[in-house]
Amino acid sequence: MNVIATEFTPWASLGGGVLIGLATVLLMWTRGNVLGATGILAGFMTPSSSWDWTWRALMIGGMLTAPLVLLGLTGSFPAIEVPMSRFAMILGGLIVGVGVTYGSGCTSGHGVCGIARLSPRSIAATLTFMLTAGITVYIIRHVIGG
Amino acid sequence: MEKLLVYISGLLFGLGVSVGGMANPAKVQNFFDVAGVWDPSLALVMGGALAVTIPGYRLVFRRQKPLFEQKFSVPTNRIIDRKLIGGSAIFGIGWGIAGFCPGASMPVVSTLNPDVLIFTAALIVGIFLAKLMMNFTENRRARTLAAE
Repeated sequence: MNVIATEFTPWASLGGGVLIGLATVLLMWTRGNVLGATGILAGFMTPSSSWDWTWRALMIGGMLTAPLVLLGLTGSFPAIEVPMSRFAMILGGLIVGVGVTYGSGCTSGHGVCGIARLSPRSIAATLTFMLTAGITVYIIRHVIGG
Repeated sequence: MEKLLVYISGLLFGLGVSVGGMANPAKVQNFFDVAGVWDPSLALVMGGALAVTIPGYRLVFRRQKPLFEQKFSVPTNRIIDRKLIGGSAIFGIGWGIAGFCPGASMPVVSTLNPDVLIFTAALIVGIFLAKLMMNFTENRRARTLAAE
């Protein structure tokens, strides 16, 4: 584990959030779907019809285009600094996959779409994963790492 | 037209995640590291997203139906159960360990960053594993009920 200090980026982060919000509203307005990354990915792998697969593929295609657009505009990909090991990527990925499937959603589905609808399930889910993520980082950095 | 707008929604989402810093595990871990090198940026990602989505959803839900489909497909379950809380608790642990969540890792797969690729592959395996486990417990419950 390394600790990589990052700068506070209020404007970029607020702007990024606004873009995520626009994307979320656009999908609800056009298709009536919640923009939950977990749901879109899981449904893409096990679609209920060919059209169901197509719109999810378009959505994911749009997502994948974004870093390339940024590369074209700014000359570099978005910063991806990874403080943890490859093993942590595998372990974390498996745990996230299991958790979001049992929990029926992740940061986008519960944290944005669900909270915006004032869904009690999503509010409870978001508070829960924020809390356990915080505890996990504390243990990694200040109990094991400290 | 529907196809184009759905693609644009994905593009906007990917841009937001990338620009906002959600796809940077160092920033994600630092957001949670209040006791260390705290970086509050991600609160603004969520704040910005909600500031648009709350009024935006309100406007959209004034319509009888979405532009291109017959009805809104919005989850209606309101029960907070063990599965929801347990699953969310597990997700948070994985998010803390890797610093990636699904919506953050998916757009940046196109950077071909090896950590992103490994995380996303493991994420997909995890989703399938969970579905298998859920089917298994469902079947067992159905068999137990049938035996009674």
